[in-house]
Order: sequence, then C-alpha cells, then structure tokens
Amino acid sequence: MISEKALNAILMSLLFCVPLWAWVSDEPFTITLATRAVIFALAAVGLNVALGLGGLVSLGHAVFFGIGGYAMGILAFHAQTYSPLMEWPFTISGTKLMPVIWLMAILFSGAAAFIIGLLSLRTTGVYFIMITLAFGQMFFFFAISWPAYGGEDGLSIYIRNSFPGMNTLDPIQFFGICFAILSLVLWLNVRLVKSPFGLALNAARQSSERVEAVGLDPFRLRLIALVISGMICGLAGALFADLNRFVSPTMFSWQMSGELIVFIVLGGLGRTFGPVAGATLFVVLEHALGGIGEYFLFFLGLLLLVVVLFARGGLYGIITGRADR
Amino acid sequence: MTYKSIAIAASIGMLATGAFAETKIGMITTLSGGGAGLGIDVRDGFMLGIKQSGRDDIEVVIEDDQRKPDVAVQLADKMIQSEKVDILTGIIWSNLAMAVVPAATAQGKFYLSPNAGPSALAGQGCHENYFNVAWQNDNLHEAAGAYANTAGYGNSFILAPNYPAGKDALTGYKRFFQGNLAGEIYTELGQTDYAAEIAQIRASGADSVFFFLPGGMGISFLKQYADSGVDLPVVGPAFSFDQGILQAVGPAALGIVNTSQWNKDINNPTNSAFVESFVAEYGRLPSLYASQGFDTAQLIVSALGSADVSDQDAFRDALRAAEFDSTRGDFAFGPNHHPIQTIYAREVIQEGDVFTNRIIGVALDNHSDAYAADCKM
Amino acid sequence: MLFLMAAGLTLIFGVMGLINLAHGSLYMVGAFAAAAAAAATGSFLVAVAAAIAAAAMAGVIVELAVIRRLYVRDHLEQVLATFALILIFSEGTRWIFGSFPLFLDIPSYLSGPVSLPGGIQYPLYRLVLILVGLLVAVGLWLFISRTRIGIQIRAGENDREMIAALGVDIGSLYTFVFALGAALAGLAGALVGAIQSVQIGMGEPILILAFVVIVIGGIGSIRGALIGSLLVGLTDTLGGIFLPELFKLLVAPDVATSTGSALASMSIYVLMAGVLIWRPTGLFGARA
Repeated sequence: MISEKALNAILMSLLFCVPLWAWVSDEPFTITLATRAVIFALAAVGLNVALGLGGLVSLGHAVFFGIGGYAMGILAFHAQTYSPLMEWPFTISGTKLMPVIWLMAILFSGAAAFIIGLLSLRTTGVYFIMITLAFGQMFFFFAISWPAYGGEDGLSIYIRNSFPGMNTLDPIQFFGICFAILSLVLWLNVRLVKSPFGLALNAARQSSERVEAVGLDPFRLRLIALVISGMICGLAGALFADLNRFVSPTMFSWQMSGELIVFIVLGGLGRTFGPVAGATLFVVLEHALGGIGEYFLFFLGLLLLVVVLFARGGLYGIITGRADR
Repeated sequence: MTYKSIAIAASIGMLATGAFAETKIGMITTLSGGGAGLGIDVRDGFMLGIKQSGRDDIEVVIEDDQRKPDVAVQLADKMIQSEKVDILTGIIWSNLAMAVVPAATAQGKFYLSPNAGPSALAGQGCHENYFNVAWQNDNLHEAAGAYANTAGYGNSFILAPNYPAGKDALTGYKRFFQGNLAGEIYTELGQTDYAAEIAQIRASGADSVFFFLPGGMGISFLKQYADSGVDLPVVGPAFSFDQGILQAVGPAALGIVNTSQWNKDINNPTNSAFVESFVAEYGRLPSLYASQGFDTAQLIVSALGSADVSDQDAFRDALRAAEFDSTRGDFAFGPNHHPIQTIYAREVIQEGDVFTNRIIGVALDNHSDAYAADCKM
Repeated sequence: MLFLMAAGLTLIFGVMGLINLAHGSLYMVGAFAAAAAAAATGSFLVAVAAAIAAAAMAGVIVELAVIRRLYVRDHLEQVLATFALILIFSEGTRWIFGSFPLFLDIPSYLSGPVSLPGGIQYPLYRLVLILVGLLVAVGLWLFISRTRIGIQIRAGENDREMIAALGVDIGSLYTFVFALGAALAGLAGALVGAIQSVQIGMGEPILILAFVVIVIGGIGSIRGALIGSLLVGLTDTLGGIFLPELFKLLVAPDVATSTGSALASMSIYVLMAGVLIWRPTGLFGARA
C-alpha cells in the first residue's frame, strides 16, 4: 500500500510526464487528451470545495462551468468579429487575451454562485440537490434558446485565444498553461483546507449546530465555499472552451454536473487530489472503453456502479488501502 | 495511455487493409444515445458505397460522437492529429458540424457533410474544402413552403422548436410561402406534449399546418394531432416522415405530404440498385440519411478516380465536378459547394405492413439556397 | 400523467429516503415492454399489463441488486449509483431493441375526440388518462392510509429500526414499495407511449419534471405530488402560450416569440426555485 502523499506525487508527475513523452514521440492527440483530463480535474477540484469540504451536493455546477465557457465564447466572438460587446455607457470590445478572459470567467461565475447560493442555501439535503438542479436547467434552456450567441448551435472560435509570450495553438504549450493553473489551484486548495476557514467549513459540514454555537455563521461559510467553488469551475469552463475552440449549451447540461460528481467519487471523496485521479481515470476510460463499440456507455455504467457499491474510497481508497477518510 | 486506434470499419470485412491504404477517411457520427438511428443509417449507406466501389485503398475510421459537441471536436482532433486522415465526414447535427467543420477546414482537411447544412457554413462561413452532399438546412422547408402555394393553402399555422434549426425552418418556409400566417409558435426543445399547441391550431382558423419537429417530438406531435380530431392538412420536411421513424408514427402519418430530395421510388438505375443492395445488406429499407451517406461515398470515390487526395487543388476540382451517379438523379454543386437539386413532394403511404413514401410531384426544381451569394470563396 | 410518474417517485423518495435517478429508465422500460407486447399480441390491455409487469420486475431486480445497499449511504452515492443505472438501462435497451423508435398506438376504441358539454372537442384518450390518474391517486391514498402494508410503510418511513424490531420484514417491504413505484412508472410509460414516441432517452426529460413536481409538492407527500403536477402542468402550458403574447405587446413579434418561448421553457424551474425559497421543504413537506 502506498501513502496518500506518495500517490499524489505519482499522479501529478504521471499527468505531467505522459504529455511530455507524447510531445517527444509526436503524438499530439495524447497531449490533447491529457489537457482534457487536466481541465476536468480542475473543474472537479472546484466542485470538491463545495462537495467534499462543504458537504454541499450540488447537481448544478455545470452552471459555473458553462458561464466560464460562455465568458470565453462571448469575448472571443466579439474579438473575432470586431464588434463591440457593449456600446453604452462605455465601449467594451471583445478580447482574445486569456488572462482577461479568465478574470471575467472567474468574476461572472463567482457572481452567479453568490446569487444561486443566497437563494438555495436556505434549503438542505435533497432539496438543495434539487434546487441546484433547477438552476442548472434554467441556464441550460436559456442558453439553448437565446439566439444572440448561437443558441443550441453554440459558438465556434476559430483560433485559440492568446497568452502573452506563448503559442497557445501548440498543444504542449496549452497543456503547460492548464497544468500550471491546476497545480496552483491545488496548492491553494491544500492551504484552504488547513486555513481557519477550511477548518470551520469542515466543522459546519459535520455539525451545523456546533459551529453556530461557537459563533460562526454556517450559512456564510457555505456561501463563501460555493463562490470559491463556482469560480474554479468557471475558470475550468473557460479553459475547456479554449481547448475545444467551441462553446455550446451542453456545458450547462445536468449530465455535465453529474459527470463532475462522478470524477470526485471515482477518485475518492474528500481528498484534495481525488478529483484529479477521478478525472484522469474517466478520460482514460472514455477512450479505452470507446473501443469496445457502440455500447461502451453500458460498461461505463456498470463500472461506476461497482465503484459506488464496493469501492467506497474510489481510486484513492483502493490504492492507499483506506476506505474512509 | 497510448491510444489504440479503432476502426469499426474493419467489421465490414473488406477494409482490413490499412497497411497499404492510400486514402484515409474519418467518419464522426452519432452511434449511441438518442438519435443514433440517423448516424447508423449514414454509416451503413456510406460503407455500402465504399464497398461497392471495390477499391481496397480506402480506409475508413469510424467514431461515435454521442451527439456531444465536445466529444465531436475531440474526435476530430484525434483524427487529424494522430490518425492523419485526409477527409472527414459523418456529422449528423448542425451544432456538432459548427463545432467541427471550421476547425477541420482551417487545418487543411476536406469535410463532406452527409447531413447537416447550417446556414453559416453556406454563406459567409463557406470554405473551399467544405462540401455539403445533403442540403442546406433551409432547403426542405423552402420546398414545403413552395408546395403549400401549389396546393392552394392561404393561411398556415407554423411551429418548430425554439433553437437555431427550428428558426431556420420557419424562416425557410416563410421565404417561399405566399399566404398568410394564422400563427407562429416556437415549442420547447424536447417537448412531448402538444395539447396546448393543438388547441391553438384549432382556434386559429388556419387552413394548413407546417411543422418541423425532428425525432421523438415529431412522433409525439403527429400521434396527438391525429387523435385530436383537427383535420387540417399538414406539410413538413422529410425528417419526421423518414423510413426509420415512420413505423413509430404509424397510421397517424398516412397521407401527409412531406418534402425530400430523395425517395426510394426515384426512377434511375443507381437508385434502384442502391435500394435493392441496401435491403440485401442490412435487411431494412434505406432512409433519406442512408441515401445521403451513400451519395457521399460515391462522390469521394468518383473524385478519387480522377485525382489523388494529396493533390488538394485537383481533388477539390474533382469533388466540385461531382461526376457520380447520385441516387437522386441530377446532382450538381452550387458556387458555395452546396447542392443544386430537385426537391420532391411525397406522400406517406402503406405498403403491406410497412409505412413508406411515394413521390407525388416536384416541389422545387433545381433549387439552390439563399446564402450562396454571401459566400466569397 | 406526470402525476403517475411523480407518485411512484415520491413513494420511493419519501418513504425510503432514496434519490432514484433511474426512475425515468423504469418509465422507458414500461413503454418499450408495452410496444413490444402490443406488436406481438395487438392488444393494448395486454401491452399495459406487460409494461406494469416488466417495470415492476426491473424494479425488483434493481432493488435487490443495487438499491438495497444504498439506503444507508448518503445522497451523493445514491445519485451516482442511479446515474450509473440510467446509462446501463439506456444502452441495454438500445442493445435489445435497436436505435429506432418503436410504435405504440392508441387502441381504436379510445381514439378520436369526444364532445364535452359546452361544445369543446377533447380527445377521449386524454380523458381516460386523467381518469386513470385520479383512480391511482385515490387507490394509493386508500392503500397508504387504510391497509396494513400501508401502515407498515408509513411506520418504516419514520423509524426503520423500530419497525424491524417489531417483526416486520423491512427488506421485503422495501422491495415491494420499490416495485410498486416502478410499476407506476411503467404504467405511465405505457400510457404515455401511445401518444408520444417510444424511444431511448424518453425517460430523462420526464424524470426531471417529476423531480420538480415532488420537490414543489413536498417529498413523500402523495397529495403534494398531485398538486405539484397540476401546478407544473399549468405553468408550463400557460407560460408557453401567454409569455410570447405578453412580449408581443412590448417588442417586435419575431423577437417576442423567441424570447417569450425562451423564458417559458425556464418558467417551471423558476416556479420550483420560487417555491423552495418561500418554503424550503415544498408545499406539503413536513420533514427537512
């Protein structure tokens, strides 16, 4: 059995080395796959702040993922058609600069998380799951039928957005950007868990009353957790849109929210690096099983079921030999 | 994490010759989940065409996009970056096509669309390497509008789901229909209950109904419409009346007129041979989508006959010439690489136990599309 | 119709404290079984019976194999396991029946419109549906409140251990409840299949609707499910008709139709969010 820390190190270096190897041996598609895994991991890490740490089972995190995607889509769309985003009260034009896009994605998804949180954190348990699902569906239908940005057809961005000093169209460089962001967010996440806020949030998950008794407001703690979580998902959404050079309402769908939860549980609930393992495993599986034929979803379902029923700690649980956190 | 490439194509049996294949075709289509029937038809029609060409230097790689744009983009990346295909084809849905086609053509690949024809790719977004072998999205709706004029309808009630293709459909119908509109509604995408819409139709005083509700939505609408007692004539594009779907609609569709560029009774040798061999190969009647897949394969084979795909300019000219025997009879490309073709009005009939279509007339002769003028190639 | 679906779901949801995303799949199983039986025998009644039987069977199998292990788990794992079941059911059905929609029709003795007093034409089949819905509602209510099993179910809802200690076989009781919920979904699938399309994935949109209904109504409340389904149905229909009209007064007709419809498709979710904000446990929900 391997310790969790060692496993974290192995996982991250694997995730880093495989694309490097692919780069050397000229297999650009493997790099694309790895980038996809890294971005999914980032989104799952975001959800994990709310889910693993805050105990908030949200079936609506695709909202933030989608908002991030559309932040990128809309800004880049205006940049590529040279039409201003807004002319009143002052002119804002689109942009193709990644850092600006990221900032907008984070701001908007954070704001959405704040509003949704204000409204939905009054409920608990199953009702919370359902109300987040309802918000997810609202955004989904809105995106499908809103004609200005393509509706169901989505938006195609022909050229990947730029980052100063780098050629983002080169798969390995884009991978590097995503990997760096993931590492940064993971590092912040570790800090967060150990911070007074993280400890309080964790306590609020276990017993809301006790936290209240100490004079902390669990509602505020959860709201902050949801906002942070939304921001990370938004950032992941913007990167995902850039990877595909395309955004569409499917980013808002409840299946997307479901998949994010799948990543976390596959990897191991309540572990900082669990989502990374889960997302990687999912992407690998998606491709390995895709080869079985048309019915691979059937097997994916079976596998998921087995993990949920018999391997509660997910991948991390199996490897480190500890089922519970 | 090495990726193992999969060619389902090999299952057909004659293509296990990858080693000396000279032309590699990537097909991204929908084979699982909702809407898989269309992708399977396109694939089967296409593979039949390749098989009948007798060429063993064409390799086809087939992958399932699950009807998800992000999966389709990823598969396209894979086919271009690691499979190194020369030609891409197969996508069924407009939103997936919008996600894949611009990127593929920008990377110097040919894309031949066997189904989707979004207006953006026909007008300003057209590209010299993009060919549409099926139709521009508006075409069949325009034909429905034209047919409504000939049939003498003067007051139509029109409905479609609230998404881009739905709006294109109503725009297309209105472009040719000269009468008045008794009502115009957008329904929810994926809606299954049309009681409210049917009540509105009943109250509107219309003399005809035009609808575009693809897939299960159309089945639901037609069944409920037939049961409602409203007996206004209905016109629609072929999508809700095609071979795969018609058996599920049943008697509710009988007698309805729909517009299509293909039907199994179009009288030419290519078509009869196609219908016969398709039935022999797969044990079911071919659909519109199967004919489009077949024509796409035929077009590629004909172009390969006169040019090599590595010589892009020559190959493009060969494609543009479209010198192949289409199941639709006459076929030519317009300046924006979209078909100029005749669109028929056909009627749903019953042959024994099977519901199918019969051509009753021409809706639009040698029709092009409304966007060709915007295309600067 | 939505009520049938929601009633089955709320039974499972409330009584057993289980989130079952696979309920829509049971609905689909019902519709496919009905279509297959109708094609084989030509009788609609046989088809409906087959749908109920097949869905209940599937329910029992799923309960014994999977769901049984989930009662003690948290919501997250329930969501996930039943999400996996959706994938298995959808692709499994496609494997068996192929990718094309199946045919299921209204029997001739129930088709066609009837004239209601006041001269309104209304399809007979829809009247029958409403009737069946009401019958099930009354039947369920009698069953839950009057029969011995009903009492046990309600007791189990409050305290699993206690009722087990009293000598009731809680395991088979739950299997029964789950099968009952599944049978209701199957019935709904067969009845609706006749006027809609029988195809893969047909369960998912209605699943979400059913969740909306029971959450609005309050989890575990049959009465809530009934009121909830009425509310959702009304909002959806009226929103679809009146919102575009309303917008026509404000902006150009073209924009109005599309904007109005866009908002209409969101309206039931707005309703649900509104209800939950106002009453965090739904209209008739007692427990959090």
